[in-house]
Amino acid sequence: MLSFLLKRIALLVPTLIGISIVSFGLIRVLSVDPVSLLSGEHAMSPERHAELMHQFGFDRPIWLQYLDYVFGVLHGDFGVSITTKTSVLTQFLTLFPATLELSLCAMLLAIVLGIPAGIFAAIKRGSWFDQLATGTALVGYSMPIFWWGLLLIIVFSGGLHWTPVSGRIDLQYFFKPVTGFMLIDSLLSGQKGAFQSAVSHLILPSIVLGTIPLAVIARQTRSAMLEVLGEDYIRTARSKGLPPRRVVGLHAFRNALIPVVTTIGLQVGLLMAGAVLTETIFSWPGVGKWMIDAIGHRDYAVVQGGLLIIAVIIMLVNLCVDLLYAVINPRVRVHG
Amino acid sequence: MRLIKTLLAASALAVVLAGGAYAKTFVYCSEGSPEGFDPAAYTSGTTFDASSRPVYNRLVEFDYGKTTVHPGLAEKWEISADGLTYTFHLRKGVKFQTTDFFTPTRELNADDVVFSFMRQLDKTNPWYSYTNGISYDYFVSMSLPTELKSVDKVDDLTVKFTLNTPDAAFLADLGMDFASIVSKEYADSLAKSGNQAQMNQKPLGTGPFIFVDYQQDAAIRFKANPDYWDGAPKIDDLVFAITPDASVRAQKLKAGECDLIPYPNPADIADLQSDADLKLDSQEGLNVAYLAYNTLMPPFDKVEVRKALNMSFNRDAMIQAVYGGNATPAVNPIPPTMWGYNKDTKNEEYNPDKAKQMLADAGVKNLTMKIWAMPVSRPYNPNGHRLAELMQADLAKVGVTANIDTMDWAQYLKQLGSKTRDGAMQAGWTGDNGDPDNFLAVLLGCDAVPSNNYSNWCDKDFNDLILKAKTTSDQAERAKLYEQAEQIFKDQAPWFTIAHSKVIVPMKKTVTGFVMDPLGYHRFEKVDKTE
Repeated sequence: MLSFLLKRIALLVPTLIGISIVSFGLIRVLSVDPVSLLSGEHAMSPERHAELMHQFGFDRPIWLQYLDYVFGVLHGDFGVSITTKTSVLTQFLTLFPATLELSLCAMLLAIVLGIPAGIFAAIKRGSWFDQLATGTALVGYSMPIFWWGLLLIIVFSGGLHWTPVSGRIDLQYFFKPVTGFMLIDSLLSGQKGAFQSAVSHLILPSIVLGTIPLAVIARQTRSAMLEVLGEDYIRTARSKGLPPRRVVGLHAFRNALIPVVTTIGLQVGLLMAGAVLTETIFSWPGVGKWMIDAIGHRDYAVVQGGLLIIAVIIMLVNLCVDLLYAVINPRVRVHG
Repeated sequence: MRLIKTLLAASALAVVLAGGAYAKTFVYCSEGSPEGFDPAAYTSGTTFDASSRPVYNRLVEFDYGKTTVHPGLAEKWEISADGLTYTFHLRKGVKFQTTDFFTPTRELNADDVVFSFMRQLDKTNPWYSYTNGISYDYFVSMSLPTELKSVDKVDDLTVKFTLNTPDAAFLADLGMDFASIVSKEYADSLAKSGNQAQMNQKPLGTGPFIFVDYQQDAAIRFKANPDYWDGAPKIDDLVFAITPDASVRAQKLKAGECDLIPYPNPADIADLQSDADLKLDSQEGLNVAYLAYNTLMPPFDKVEVRKALNMSFNRDAMIQAVYGGNATPAVNPIPPTMWGYNKDTKNEEYNPDKAKQMLADAGVKNLTMKIWAMPVSRPYNPNGHRLAELMQADLAKVGVTANIDTMDWAQYLKQLGSKTRDGAMQAGWTGDNGDPDNFLAVLLGCDAVPSNNYSNWCDKDFNDLILKAKTTSDQAERAKLYEQAEQIFKDQAPWFTIAHSKVIVPMKKTVTGFVMDPLGYHRFEKVDKTE
C-alpha cells in the first residue's frame, strides 16, 4: 500500500511540470498581451507599450520568464495579478473555499439523491420509477445551466420568495472570514440568523451545480447495479436464501460501487474548475469566474497559477479515489 | 404622578434607542468587481464607482446632470491669458477621513494635490510604480505626461499647474477620476511601514464615504463620512453587492435585495417598468455607437461608397431591435447633450434603391465585406451580434454580401486599431470629460490614426478645426469650430453613426435624491431612502 502511494505521488511531479508548461504556454498563445489592455478602450502608444512590457518583464525571453515563474512557484510565490496587483495565491485562497463549499454541497446532493435513485431504478428495472429516473436524468443532463439557474431564481426567489436571489449570505451579516466556509464562519460569528441565511443561500446554487453530477451518478449507479445484479454470485446469494436487503446492500452495491466512485471522482474534478456559470448567476465569489475573467484580461499569472493549483487539487482527488478502490475492492489491494 | 413620569421616561428612552439603532443601509448591486482602489491606476467605470466616486474628491467636480464643472476641493482658480498656467485655491478645513486603519493629523493642503499628480508625472517619484504592476494609464491616455509640465505648491492652500501647450479641456480633465486627490500623509505612513501596496487596497480620501471592507468578488462596504465638507450623506451605510449577471440584478431589485441597479438588460426593462415598487431613471448617455469603415482600404476609400452603404442601413429598426427603443439615432459623433453639437447636420436618408444605384455608379459590383460584431455588451452597444445580423440583412438588400466575424474583446480592441483591418467594425465611445475634443480629436483626429481613429481617416480641414478649438479658450468660439468640423465629418462619412444609447437606472420607488452622472458613474452622496 505504501509503495503504491509513494509511486503515485512520485508520478505527480512530471505531471505538474507538464501542466506548468502547458498553462504557461497556452495563455501566451492567445494574441494580445496583457499590457495592451491596461488602458481599456484608449489606445496605447508604442513607447508606452514598450515601457510597460519592460516594467512587467514580458520583454524577456520566454524560457527566462518560465524559469523565473517556476522558481517563484517553488518558493510559494505564484506571481501577482495584473488587474488587482495582489498575490495570486492570496486571491486563490480567498476564493477557493467558496468554490469548495458549493462543490461539496452540490456533490452531497448528487450522491444522496443519485445513488439511491440509481439503485432503485436498477432493482425495479422497467418500472415507472425506472422510466422516471432515467428520463429525469436525461433532462437534467441536457439543461443549460444558465437557463436552469435563472428559472429557479425567477420561480423560487422572485415568485415564491422561498430562497434568496444570489450571494452567499444576507448583506446584513458582516463578519471577518475565518475558514472561508460560510457555513462554519456564520456559526462561529455567533450572529443570530447568520447560519440559516448561509444555508438558504446554498440551496439553489447547489441544486443547479449538482444537477448534472446527479444525473450522471444516477445513471452510472443504475447501469453498474444492473451489471452486478446479473452476476452469478448474486444468484448464488439469493438461492442461499439471504434476505434481499443483504444481497443488494452488501454484495451487489459494494461491487457496483467501483465505477460509481470513479464517476464521483471525475465529477468532483469537473466541479472544481467548471462552476463558472453557476458562480456567475448566483454571484458566488469562487475561482471559476475568477479564472475565466483572467483569460479575458490576459492575466497570465492568474491563469497559470489557477490552472496549476487546481490541477494539483484534481490529482489529489484522483489519488484519493484510487486509494478508495483499494478499500472497496480487496483484489486491488493484493495486486497494487 | 410617578407612574406617568416613569412611563414618559421609558418611552423617551425607547424612542432614543430606536432612533439610534436604526441605521439606513443602501444596497447597490454592482455589475462587477473593482480591480483595485487606487483610482489613478485604472480606467474602468466599475472600479471608479467603488473607489474614486465614494471615497475621493477632485479639484473640480462635474455638475450633476451636466458636463460643466464646478468647484470641488478647489474653491476658485485663475487661468493665465496664454492658457499655460492654472492656479487653484484650495478649500480650507477639508478633512481627510479617519478610518480604523489610519488617522490623519492634518487637513487637506497643497502637498496632497502636488503629490496626487507628481506621483503620476514624475518617473523618479517613489510612488510612480509603487507595487507590482501599478501604472497610471488614464493619465497617460489623456496625454498629460507631454502636456503637463509641473505641479507646484505656492503656499499651503495654493497649487500651480504649468502646461507645455494650452489645452482648453484641461480643467475638465481635472474632474476625472485619475485626478482624485489622495492623502500624502497616508502615503508617507504606508511607505514608512513598508506597506505601499495598501494604497490600492484600503483607500482614504476626503469623500462622502469611508471604506470599511472588501470581500473579493462578493461585497464592498462603506460607511458615511460624518465630517464630509459638502454635507454628510443621509444614508449611514453603503454596500455594493457584486452581481455580474444583468438578469439576476433585475431579480434582486424586484425581490427587494437591492435598492438600485446599473445596466439592466434591454429585455428586462419592460418587466421592471411594470413593477409598482420600482421606478426607472433615464438619461441620454454621453456616448456614441458607430460602424467604422477602414478608409484606407478600397472600396471604402471612396466617399460615395461609404455614403451609399450608410443609405442602406435602417437605423430606426436597429434602435428598436437592439436598444429596445432606448436610444437616440446618432447624427454627429458627439451626443446632442454636449455643447458644440451641430443641430443642422443630417444623416443620409434610408433608401436601399438609391444606395444600390450609388454603389453601381461608383463602380462597385458584387461587393463582399466583413462586419465585425462587438463580442461584449457595452453601454453604447448592448448586443453587437444582433446589430451585425441586422446590418447583414440590410446590406443583402442592396446586393452587398456581408460576413459577420468577431473575436474576444482583447483581440477585438487590437483589430480596431489596425491600419490593415479588413471590413467595417462596430465601435463606440463613452466620453471621459464632457469635452467635444475628447470625442472628435481622440476618435477622428489625424494624430489618432491608427490608435483610436478606427477609420484611419485623416482630413486636413477637419483636423485644423479641432486643433484650433483645442487651444481656444472661449467656449462659444470653440463650439462654432466643432460645428464646422461636424459638417465635414458628415460630408466625408468615415462612419455609419448608429445611436447614442440612453442609460437606464432602475431603483426602488423609496429611493430619493439619486441623480444620474452624465459620464455614467454612480454616485450616492445625495441619496436617501424614504419609508
